[in-house]
Amino acid sequence: MSVISEMSQDGQKLTISIKGRFDFAKHQQFRDAYENKELAAVVVDLKDATYLDSSALGMLLLLRDHAGGDDSDIRVVNSSSDVRKILAISNFDKLFDIS
Amino acid sequence: MQPQVQLTILIAEDSAADRLLLSSILRRQGHVVLTAANGVEAVDAFRRQTPHLVLMDAMMPVMDGFEAARQIKALAGETLVPIIFLTSLSENEALASCLEAGGDDFLAKPYNQVILAAKIKAMERLRRLQATVLEQRDQIARHHDYLLNEQRVAKAVFDKVAHSGCLNVAPNIRYLQSPYALFNGDLLLAAFTPSGDMHVLLGDFTGHGLPAAVGAMPLAEVFYGMTAKGYGLAETLREMNAKLKRILPVDMFCCATLLCLSFQRRSVEVWNGGMPDGYLHRIASGERTQLAARHLPLGVLSPEAFDDRTEVLPMALGDRVFLLSDGVIDTRDANDRLFGEQGLQRVFESNRQPDALFEEVQQALRDFGGQARDDVSMVEISLLQPAQITPPALVYSDSGQSCPLDWSVSFELRAATLKRFNPLPYLLQLLQEVHGLRAQSGALYSVLAELYSNALEHGVLGLDSSLKRDAGGFARYYQQRNACLDALQDGYVRVHLQVTPTGEGGCLTIRVEDSGKGFDVARVMQRPVDDIRLSGRGVSLIRQLGRNARWSDDGRSACVEFFWEALA
Repeated sequence: MSVISEMSQDGQKLTISIKGRFDFAKHQQFRDAYENKELAAVVVDLKDATYLDSSALGMLLLLRDHAGGDDSDIRVVNSSSDVRKILAISNFDKLFDIS
Repeated sequence: MQPQVQLTILIAEDSAADRLLLSSILRRQGHVVLTAANGVEAVDAFRRQTPHLVLMDAMMPVMDGFEAARQIKALAGETLVPIIFLTSLSENEALASCLEAGGDDFLAKPYNQVILAAKIKAMERLRRLQATVLEQRDQIARHHDYLLNEQRVAKAVFDKVAHSGCLNVAPNIRYLQSPYALFNGDLLLAAFTPSGDMHVLLGDFTGHGLPAAVGAMPLAEVFYGMTAKGYGLAETLREMNAKLKRILPVDMFCCATLLCLSFQRRSVEVWNGGMPDGYLHRIASGERTQLAARHLPLGVLSPEAFDDRTEVLPMALGDRVFLLSDGVIDTRDANDRLFGEQGLQRVFESNRQPDALFEEVQQALRDFGGQARDDVSMVEISLLQPAQITPPALVYSDSGQSCPLDWSVSFELRAATLKRFNPLPYLLQLLQEVHGLRAQSGALYSVLAELYSNALEHGVLGLDSSLKRDAGGFARYYQQRNACLDALQDGYVRVHLQVTPTGEGGCLTIRVEDSGKGFDVARVMQRPVDDIRLSGRGVSLIRQLGRNARWSDDGRSACVEFFWEALA
């Protein structure tokens, strides 16, 4: 599986990990990872993500919308320098907590 | 034994006894049988009656089975007509030449009914598979043609909207864009404002194909509509963002850089949301200033949260702004290495002739990538003398019969309004009702814009125009402007317009007053009229473009006139 989702014991934190290219091909898997779940805090782990394209940015926006929009609590963690650059150009740090 | 389907089967066999035997077996299995006694007859029968399957004896007089098989396969073309060789041959070599001639299987004599039926069934499966593949291939090809045709039509419609601007006529723009860029979501628009400034947008929608193209249409409409009406970047950006936010699904947005290049003021105003760095290339010093993305793309934030803050940078004659889409830096070579920012910087560094830069970037991409991507968009805009730029004449749709000729109007814009509202498009629209003024609408708009920004920036906000003497001060000036405007509590700008008929023509008097401290009119008026500076209150521009420009009340009140003669 190239998209893995894991809910914390207390059901408060959903961690979605992406492996490989984060692009349109992962669209359905990424949606399945959070849909039909009660979302409190969400962590998107990009430790094993090699690349991120603009449709991945769109998917992050969908997740944000689903998690409550401006009230959402989403952290994007372990992004590589390449991935972080793409997030920076798009100024996504204004919407997500990126580290 | 009942067959699934009834096939037409050709038996080519020189022995009459064998022909009869096979015929009766096949008929009993429910097939329709054709017969031939040699290869020539077999080819002939095939040509006339196109059987589904052929049972072919290898050794026959006149023409043997191998040659007949070759000819039948050639006639059948892409359609699979299975050929089963009937053979008593047992040497490997002879069996191999059956297959080489196009045979699909063998059946050894003496004939066994059960094996024959099974082989026919297997061949029939193959035949159907081939037919299905061909049918699907043709269907895909048809769909593809259909899609291309749809794209051609959509593109033709879109080109009417998107290229209604000055992209192809302005002498200071060079650009590169794939003809089908629209379907990659890349968008390049350029148009003149009424005062002769140029607005340029390079955008990149998320996704590909039709969804990417759909958002481009409303964006282009807003861009052209608002630019023509004299709206500034901030208002245009707000409208574009709000519109895209409203119509696009959550996961779609548009990265964009929007520029306003002012030939009169020699400056460029920039807003970059999510596009790769653009560059301002100063020819005199060779320095390149990055125009970095400071904002989220269009269509992401709600209108309330949207940030329309722009940066203003001074330019000198010949300076260029270079914008590119991510297709440029994402170009990959055969080993999947990125061209990247570094690749672009290398081209910049090795560039000696500014005019050649555009070609050098293209060449570097070709040398690097080997194959052209269709989402590579680049545009280079240079700052020329205002006289070298001729904005197209505006087109009006009314006849002018109801043109108002004797009226006046006054506005007072107070602090809370000055903070956010740009009255210029409204004033211009009002004045364009006067037919006699239309021929001078460019000059009129420039003068109005200068008078208004003087009254606001130097009058109400009290900013010192001498700050703009150099590039660093220029940036500071605009930072101060934004800060002062945010903090503004009171003050006003008054605009009085008066139109009076004079004989066959008429006269417009514009008076703009502000609540500021005024300035030393005599000293400013002493400066030569044609002096070009970054600073200087636009006074010389107003004196050149309007008539009888004068300042009173210690510079707090400016007045200028425009005249027109009888209309032809």
